[in-house]
Amino acid sequence: MISTEELNLLLTDLLDWYGYDFTHYSRASLTRRVDRLWNLEKFPSFAELRYRVRSDATYAQRFVEGITVNVTEMFRDPSFYLALRNDVLPTLTAKPFIRIWHAGCSTGEEVYSMAILLRETGLLYKSLLYATDLNPEVLDRARSGIFPMAPLRQYAESYRLAGGTRDFSDYYTAHYGYAKFSEDLGEKMVFSTHNLVSDSSFNEFDLILCRNVLIYFDKLLQEHVLTLFDRSVGPLGYLALGSKETLKFSSLQPRYKQLNNEKIWRKIG
Amino acid sequence: MAQDWLTQPHPVVVIGGSSGSIEVLLTLLPGLRSPLRSALIVVVHRRNTADSTLSELLALRTRIPLKEVDEKEPVEAGVIYLAPADYHLLIETDFTFSLDDSEKINYTRPAIDVTFESAAAVYGPWLTGILVSGANADGVNGLLAIRQAGGRALVQKPETALVDFMPQQAVQQQAFDQLVDVDDMIAYINSL
Ligand SMILES: C[S@@+](CC[C@H](N)C(=O)[O-])C[C@H]1O[C@@H](n2cnc3c(N)ncnc32)[C@H](O)[C@@H]1O
Repeated sequence: MISTEELNLLLTDLLDWYGYDFTHYSRASLTRRVDRLWNLEKFPSFAELRYRVRSDATYAQRFVEGITVNVTEMFRDPSFYLALRNDVLPTLTAKPFIRIWHAGCSTGEEVYSMAILLRETGLLYKSLLYATDLNPEVLDRARSGIFPMAPLRQYAESYRLAGGTRDFSDYYTAHYGYAKFSEDLGEKMVFSTHNLVSDSSFNEFDLILCRNVLIYFDKLLQEHVLTLFDRSVGPLGYLALGSKETLKFSSLQPRYKQLNNEKIWRKIG
Repeated sequence: MAQDWLTQPHPVVVIGGSSGSIEVLLTLLPGLRSPLRSALIVVVHRRNTADSTLSELLALRTRIPLKEVDEKEPVEAGVIYLAPADYHLLIETDFTFSLDDSEKINYTRPAIDVTFESAAAVYGPWLTGILVSGANADGVNGLLAIRQAGGRALVQKPETALVDFMPQQAVQQQAFDQLVDVDDMIAYINSL
């Protein structure tokens, strides 16, 4: 197992050489991620792992992808999407234009789920979905709209639990173990790299989703990122977090009101 | 890992299991003294729907405060913590919990190995891991890590387990200090 000191050296290298700042990420998770890569690449020693990261920019990029967790799925936590469908989107219908930001969108399953909700509530045509992530590689996959077939059966079930009434398979065509989602869902999506640690607010949004990203950050960085979101949510806009994340204990809490039991907060002050 | 456990004031017990483990907990919890002098962390495999019903079911069996873990909360003596569904549960060197939704390990999330290994690195000799009934090999590597870090590994006597595969795996890999039944577990935890 990599030691605390070795991990600190690697994190300093990533910051100094490549500008990625992971120093405020959860160490327990990073330790496991780095151990995994170390085993995968069979580096005989820490020095060799470190040398590779410092000297090989292509590997360093892969290393960054490997230490961040990119696991995602469509309609994850169906009751969350049901609340978006029934309680959030109806309050946005009067807007001439709807701006949504998926921060830490990974390979895009969440963004496609949202596009399906918008389509079914008749709002997609006037919406724009900004989807950002730290890793350019996951964004390339998200842009393609192509997802592995294997979990689709479960997605179809989650879609149904999230209030979906269509035949889920209408939204994609299957090819060789992959599902290509229909192009018009992707038309309103803009994908771009954005680092929540170091990049600033870039627009004002009606809804920001940042799910299962803050769990990897320490409290200081969580507060920093929540402040960034606060500056980016318009009046009466919404901020949505992952099922184990919260605005409680943050400086935003007094000015946001939580929707029922879901991890969705509305900016009221 | 920093040797922060030298300043750690209380013992920690992590109990892991899969099928048949709820039955163990339902017998174990009522036998525990209140207040508890250690922190008890429970990692059981369950469906990935966020079923709050499990914590409600378990809370009925004990007067000890029992809660599903919130990320970043400190690990405190006298509390029973339940790993939330669909996240791995880890422990930081400052004795707080963190959650991680990375790939399943041993086909499961939460994985017992993840919590055992992470807790072993932080608590060293202050940690006891208990592996009970289950049909999966999860937890055995974690017990080995606990022993290596100077902690204790208890395994449910396979003949008393509803599903003996998991304890049997631990026995085969010699990943235990002691084989126990539920009464032994109660006596052990109460003695900490
Ligand atoms: C576990 S995934 C969550 C995906 C999706 N939101 C979900 O809940 O299913 C976390 C994502 O956050 C991204 N991420 C981690 N640190 C980031 C940062 N500093 N800025 C932007 N994205 C980040 C990772 O690359 C990864 O794709």
